[in-house]
Amino acid sequence: MAQNTTQQTLQQRLEILADAAKYDASCASSGTAKKNSLGGAKGRGGIGSTEGMGICHAYAPDGRCISLLKVLLTNHCIFDCHYCINRKSSNVRRARFTPQEVADLTINFYKRNYIEGLFLSSGIIKSSNHTMEQLVECARILREEYDFRGYIHLKTIPEADPGLIHQAGLYADRVSINVELPTTSGLARLAPDKDARQIEGALAKTKSRIIEAKDERKRFKHAPRFAPAGQSTQMIVGADNASDADIVVKASTLYGSFGLRRVYYSAFSPIPDASAVLPLKRPPLMREHRLYQSDWLMRFYGYAPDEVAQATDSHGNLPLDIDPKLAWALKFRGQFPVDVNRASKEQLLRVPGLGTTAVGRILNARRHRTLRLDDVARLTQSIAKVRPFLVALDWRPTSLTDRADLRALLTPKQEQLELF
Amino acid sequence: MTVQRANVQNVSLGAHYTVHMPAPDDFAFWRERARGLIQCDVPPDRVSWVEPGETGDLFAHEGHSRGEKRLPVAGQEAPPVRASKRFMQVARNAALHSDTERFGLLYRMLWRLQSNPRGMEDKADTDVRRIEELDKSVRRDSHKMHAFVRFREVPSDTGEHYVAWFEPDHHIVRANAGFFMRRFANMHWSILTPRGCIHWDGETMRESGPAQRNDAPSGDPIEDLWKSYYASTFNPARLKVGAMMAEMPKKYWKNMPEAELIPGLIAGAQAREAGMVAAGEREERKHPATFGEIGDAIAACRDCAIATCGTRAVAGEGKVDAALMIVGEQPGDHEGKAGRPFIGPAGQMLDEHLERAGIDRAAAYVTNAVKHFKFSWRGKRRLHQSPTAKEIDTCRWWLEAERAVVKPRVVVALGASAARGLIGKTVSVSQARGKAIPLEDGSELWVTVHPSYLLRLDGKARVEQAALFANDLAAIRARLTELEA
Ligand code: SF4
Repeated sequence: MAQNTTQQTLQQRLEILADAAKYDASCASSGTAKKNSLGGAKGRGGIGSTEGMGICHAYAPDGRCISLLKVLLTNHCIFDCHYCINRKSSNVRRARFTPQEVADLTINFYKRNYIEGLFLSSGIIKSSNHTMEQLVECARILREEYDFRGYIHLKTIPEADPGLIHQAGLYADRVSINVELPTTSGLARLAPDKDARQIEGALAKTKSRIIEAKDERKRFKHAPRFAPAGQSTQMIVGADNASDADIVVKASTLYGSFGLRRVYYSAFSPIPDASAVLPLKRPPLMREHRLYQSDWLMRFYGYAPDEVAQATDSHGNLPLDIDPKLAWALKFRGQFPVDVNRASKEQLLRVPGLGTTAVGRILNARRHRTLRLDDVARLTQSIAKVRPFLVALDWRPTSLTDRADLRALLTPKQEQLELF
Repeated sequence: MTVQRANVQNVSLGAHYTVHMPAPDDFAFWRERARGLIQCDVPPDRVSWVEPGETGDLFAHEGHSRGEKRLPVAGQEAPPVRASKRFMQVARNAALHSDTERFGLLYRMLWRLQSNPRGMEDKADTDVRRIEELDKSVRRDSHKMHAFVRFREVPSDTGEHYVAWFEPDHHIVRANAGFFMRRFANMHWSILTPRGCIHWDGETMRESGPAQRNDAPSGDPIEDLWKSYYASTFNPARLKVGAMMAEMPKKYWKNMPEAELIPGLIAGAQAREAGMVAAGEREERKHPATFGEIGDAIAACRDCAIATCGTRAVAGEGKVDAALMIVGEQPGDHEGKAGRPFIGPAGQMLDEHLERAGIDRAAAYVTNAVKHFKFSWRGKRRLHQSPTAKEIDTCRWWLEAERAVVKPRVVVALGASAARGLIGKTVSVSQARGKAIPLEDGSELWVTVHPSYLLRLDGKARVEQAALFANDLAAIRARLTELEA
């Protein structure tokens, strides 16, 4: 195997190790501390900047943006997680980079303005600590030898020594640990080598380090930053039989307990050489989309996790044809219509079709006048969608909210096309 | 509210003025002139703003070059000109738009703000709408420049020099120089565009006139690596071409080396995904519901390479609703020939031990983790070969089908392969034996050695291991009695 690795060119290895990393959903490079490359220790400045918003440098035909060099250090792995293409018993081609090679690739791509930085993850080789050391070494070369000030996201190994994870956070903008599967039974079945408690323990430790580092920075200006873009995690959706309700509740617990910036959902994709214990049917991408929408409802619209769960069907799954907010409203018609001129911000935010911007505009506008339906139409994207749920000066949807076919009326006529 | 303008000199009412812009993106110059003209009460329809290289308005009062020198000059006491915050936010960007009307539009708006300071709040106003549109497209163009500039390395005496060719829609090059300087501080780079170029040598920023595409290098060795990355990082199972096109419009593709791969990637994606789905197709089937169906389906199974050995499949056998399920590794030579599990030497060894432990084999269900015999030829003998982890995982589906029918309360795994077939990971028998491992369906797993292991031992070792095996079986027997009570 090792011999095999040395015969591969850098390009072949890049193909293998980028391919193996593509199932990771997170790609964001935003929300970190502002940095630029002017001046600094070496007099003539370094390379790289982050200006708050990440930049998508290209888009792949799967619609996802490419902002980072997202690769594995190696896809050799001593673990045997069934959903994972890199598991020990899989027959995929294996490859391995040295930390220096990854650092060089990052710098070469960065200098040509292909990327915002690096997202480095790895299969576990030899031991968790050995693997983590290699990841940290790569970040160290970038920061210390190349004076690189762009974005670095490291996927940490939960079982690794806390000292190593601490070092990772000092070099990286963001660290993440995958919870992998929404249920403990799913994890036990599909990732028999992983341990839910260990993963959550690592998330908790990282959270407290981030808080400590922020606190120190308040008191000492030069205290080192620790993962200024916070931590995130990822769950695979559709590989076990967890329902949307299970997933939503799990995600909200994760946000609550570990101060996560983001929970990413990755619709399980069929993988080459898949293990036989997987339900290898591709879950609809729409399911992933609905989960992200429900995530928004909780983060920006004030819905509690159990309220999102109320929008699910008898199997605990969100409808695929309509968005979760509409699904909730259709179930709780008694809460509607709300009066645009009198309702609280919270109530307005629950109206299907009204986003945070539209609600802001309505609240502003009603200081100046009492709103008619026409006024609302100018402030929203689609009046047809919100009309059944609103009362305005000249409008009262008496019949609509009671109509049995309201759902059919509001459901997009054509099924959303996902394929080209 | 009309501001009374005081002490204005040189204004001839009804005259027409022309302002020649020194550069198409010189907002400071425009601001200076606009302020003066408003102080002199010159209405918008009396001013023409002319970009370099354009001819001015034929009817302009002072329509020759450098005409702006003769613009009216406001006196000291002229009231200050005011603009809302929102106007200042958008005007700076809108001024960079390629629309030739932009300076006139901005002047008209500034003029209107003097009598209606909140004019920018009226989103339905056509001028407001247009200015916001200009601002938006300039911001988008800048954003795309940050994203889609692609540097190529060219050899130079000073080390590495990186050169990019970019075609912005608007006059945004100079405005974005700072971004590239802050990002690529220690590099020497040039961005060439048809609207002018910027150059950074690590210390100073320099400008030069418009360039042509041929002035920029056409390739870079790193580009092949980048294209490999681009092609590999895309998941064919998630094709969403519309989403890509919305963010990366085709007009930018010609400057991006990776874009030439897109048509091929799209064309091949569905076939690649179909292949991946087909490879896992069995998983979409439901488990067969009866022993008969399971047996038939296993006989037809070709899901792993063992099937190519050409042996007969061996399904489990025993009581339909047994409380105890015994799982071995795989059928051996005898079993393969007879099509029944545990009838060879290892089976006899198992029977003896079960009997001694007081376990009734007839009341149990006996099967294997892998349903076909895997062997290699040694002369005329078929020599047992252990199944790989992958083969055990593949065959696990059948074991699960059997478990779903029998619903045992206790499962005994004979050896590490059998244990893997039940819990999906390789365990060490010495560590796992002697205790119950809960399974997800509520039953429990007990792990012990495979009887064929005992057959391979001699003398003292065999006696010792047989005793341990007997111990394990005794514990299992005790547990069964406990569960039945
Ligand atoms: S060993 Fe199992 S998976 Fe392989 S062919 Fe036989 S029945 Fe199928």
